[in-house]
Amino acid sequence: MRSKRFEALAERPVNKETFVSTLHEAGLIPMDSPNDPAPSLSIADGVVMEMDGLDRRDFDLLDRFISDNALDLNKAEKAMAEPSMNIARMIVDINISRKDILELTLGCTPAKLVDIVRHLNVLEMMMGLAKMRARKTPANQAHVTNRQDNPVLLAADAAEAALRGFDELETTVGVARYASLNALAILVGSQTGRGGVLTQCAVEESINLALGFKGLTNYSETLSVYGTEMAFVDGDDTPWSKAFLASAYASRGIKTRFTSGTGSEALMGHSEGKSMLYLEARCLMVSRGAGSQGVQNGAISCIALTEAFEGGVRAVLAENLIGMLLGLEVASGNDALSSHSEMRKTAKLMLQFIPGTDFITSGYSSIPRYDNMFGGGNFDATELDDWYVLQRDLQVDGGLIPVREQDVLEVREKAAKALQAVFKEMNLPSITDKEILAATTAFTSQDMPDRDRPADIKGAYWLLNKEPTVLNVIQALAKQGFEDVAHNALALQKQRALGDYLQPSAIFRDNFKVLSIHTDPNDYQGPGTGYRLEGERWKKLCNLPQVWNPKDFMDDLSASRHGSWLEEVGPAKAYLMEETREVVIALDPAFGTAINRTIGGLDLKDVLQAILDGVTDEGEKARIIRVPHTSDCAFVGAAGSNIGGSGVSVGIQSKGTTVIHCRYMPPLSNLELFSQAPNLDLETYRKIGQNAARYARKENPTPVPVKIDNTARLRLVVQTALMHLLSTSLVDYKGEVMELRIKKESYGNGKK
Amino acid sequence: MEKSDVCTLSGKAVSDLNLEDVVNGSLKSDDFRISPETLILQAETAEAAGYRELGLNLRRAAELTGIDNKFIFDIYTMLRPGRSTLKDLLSQANSLENEHRAPLNAALLRETSHIYSKRGLLRAESN
Repeated sequence: MRSKRFEALAERPVNKETFVSTLHEAGLIPMDSPNDPAPSLSIADGVVMEMDGLDRRDFDLLDRFISDNALDLNKAEKAMAEPSMNIARMIVDINISRKDILELTLGCTPAKLVDIVRHLNVLEMMMGLAKMRARKTPANQAHVTNRQDNPVLLAADAAEAALRGFDELETTVGVARYASLNALAILVGSQTGRGGVLTQCAVEESINLALGFKGLTNYSETLSVYGTEMAFVDGDDTPWSKAFLASAYASRGIKTRFTSGTGSEALMGHSEGKSMLYLEARCLMVSRGAGSQGVQNGAISCIALTEAFEGGVRAVLAENLIGMLLGLEVASGNDALSSHSEMRKTAKLMLQFIPGTDFITSGYSSIPRYDNMFGGGNFDATELDDWYVLQRDLQVDGGLIPVREQDVLEVREKAAKALQAVFKEMNLPSITDKEILAATTAFTSQDMPDRDRPADIKGAYWLLNKEPTVLNVIQALAKQGFEDVAHNALALQKQRALGDYLQPSAIFRDNFKVLSIHTDPNDYQGPGTGYRLEGERWKKLCNLPQVWNPKDFMDDLSASRHGSWLEEVGPAKAYLMEETREVVIALDPAFGTAINRTIGGLDLKDVLQAILDGVTDEGEKARIIRVPHTSDCAFVGAAGSNIGGSGVSVGIQSKGTTVIHCRYMPPLSNLELFSQAPNLDLETYRKIGQNAARYARKENPTPVPVKIDNTARLRLVVQTALMHLLSTSLVDYKGEVMELRIKKESYGNGKK
Repeated sequence: MEKSDVCTLSGKAVSDLNLEDVVNGSLKSDDFRISPETLILQAETAEAAGYRELGLNLRRAAELTGIDNKFIFDIYTMLRPGRSTLKDLLSQANSLENEHRAPLNAALLRETSHIYSKRGLLRAESN
């Protein structure tokens, strides 16, 4: 036997996921593997002799690197002696500053760091993120890629992403040999969108370095580290080769960020039975020890693996926090596709979104998921408006600025043209005007005309391996009339000579102003401190194109007032003794005066006529009255029922909400209530008239069937409130109930 | 850091780098390269803020400013696991120290050679 509800549940997106119990022997455990060591440290003559249960002579590559290069021995003695619980409590104590926490955590071994965060629940970890992240102002990073490695589309997409406020753009390749063209395209695009946006192209390490040296990229986060020796060596690197690489990048003024994340070692089969979080703590100490200013972590491409286990999402948050406890800039994941379930994805996102991190995603897919070449697109171009709304809902800065369609089209076109100019000037395969038009309006790379790909690849080879550098690009831009873009690209190169953005957690805002731990240090210590989304920035983030002014709606309502099609006959006479079978149709104060359409868009004259027709269908008579002293549907109906001889009334609000009421019933009770005005059509109003007539004859008709659409309120609640407000403003408590009739000459004019 | 005081690897003042000179071809790539002096100042700034390791990284970077791209690629390749013999690493360290005035990078290579020999990550001498 199967429950239909369980069948429905089984079809839910969340049940497409894999959920498994832990298997610590294989490292398939997010935290607390029985094989994880307990924290310990002994130092003799300034040398670590034992760390986390291991003697120096048994140290592997990572233990050795961490103990010699990462661990701050001046802080270690005090830190290791401090109970982990105490440090955990300090992390959430608003009276203790980030600096004070770092005094301890920089002296902690990997096992100690894990032991500290173990004591925190997710809410406490989020408080940790708010306090411990390096830069005060949160930011965001975007992925800009496409399946065709189409340079024109890359340039347009990069420009749009820059305009939308992303502070870093990351591209990669479908075909590796395209790397230099992709790097060039997003460099030109980004500097067209907004000067100072940093770009990188994630490819094989030596090509990556070459692109950086040429000035085609200005940061790099390809420096992957792993938590065990075997995994590290499988990645064809060691902590020392990575440390050298970091210096190589810095020697050319290029910002770097290391990459790690829970799950990678287990995925590579080299976990040594340790928990994912413990191994990640080792990665983070290697990153710190190698002199990286920051990391990209949060399971990254392994997110689905970590999330398969109990507490996996908490472990991912814990790894972000450990990065911050080491003083590192953290680009906190949320990049690779993590779930089929929108609810699960969003809940996970909130862990970083609400407290804020240096980069809330380490790659928001600013292009449609179809074109994401990072295997990513946890959130993509189609969800940008959701992101904006979340910022507005929570008053949280998620790093993105609302844009207008026209501005986006302009900047996309300009970027495509700028790249066309650069290609022309540098003798790269030409870009046609048709391509520019396509890139300006494209959704995905499917909207782009085909290019001569072998020719592009040949051009990319030349750009990578021959003389040209970013200076040729700047030259080309200037010569072809794109001076502003040239200026931005030049300003970036000057920043590389200044090196201020090599400092931890650096981004450029407001015309190349560096925000880093020096110029924008996170000083969060509870309410009234730290980053507050307010002032101009808050106004900017609220300024969504979808937002409308309720005053305009009210003005429109008033403008639709087309003179009265109803006329007063005189004070309504009440028949209290049920001497007639008439149905009273009671109208609220705005009906046919200030308001002439229901919220569902029906003309009120048609609505009234439909009810009257319904009463007539049953051979009964109706009388129209205006209730001046209330705008409430139930009370309008109740007032009507006290007037008519039959005691049966139809009460109707100008927004269309209708009730069939009967004398002696309490006001809030009724015979039938039609509360979802947007779902009512003229046929339904006619049936309401028919039923009212039958009630007046003391019959017991079948209630009028109504369409139920629970999204109606969701869609129209604001309009409902505004229409009701208008009607209520016309209430005259001392007014007399008047009998009305439809003006003769107005018949037949009600239809649209 | 006061921007007008900063000079690039070629000795040009950063404030003198302008678009006109890029367009007329009088500025070259080296005119935009960060100088060792600037990197050392950045290292000091990082260290003063408690970033000792970043400081050391930037000091190594200062030494590498005078080393050409190809040589940097070569050293990086040497440091990858299983690429170098003990002798390779030590002689490269000596060359860095003596010929390229890069003692910090030399120390990194020596440390590497020591660890790699312990962990079996060196290329066999006979090859």
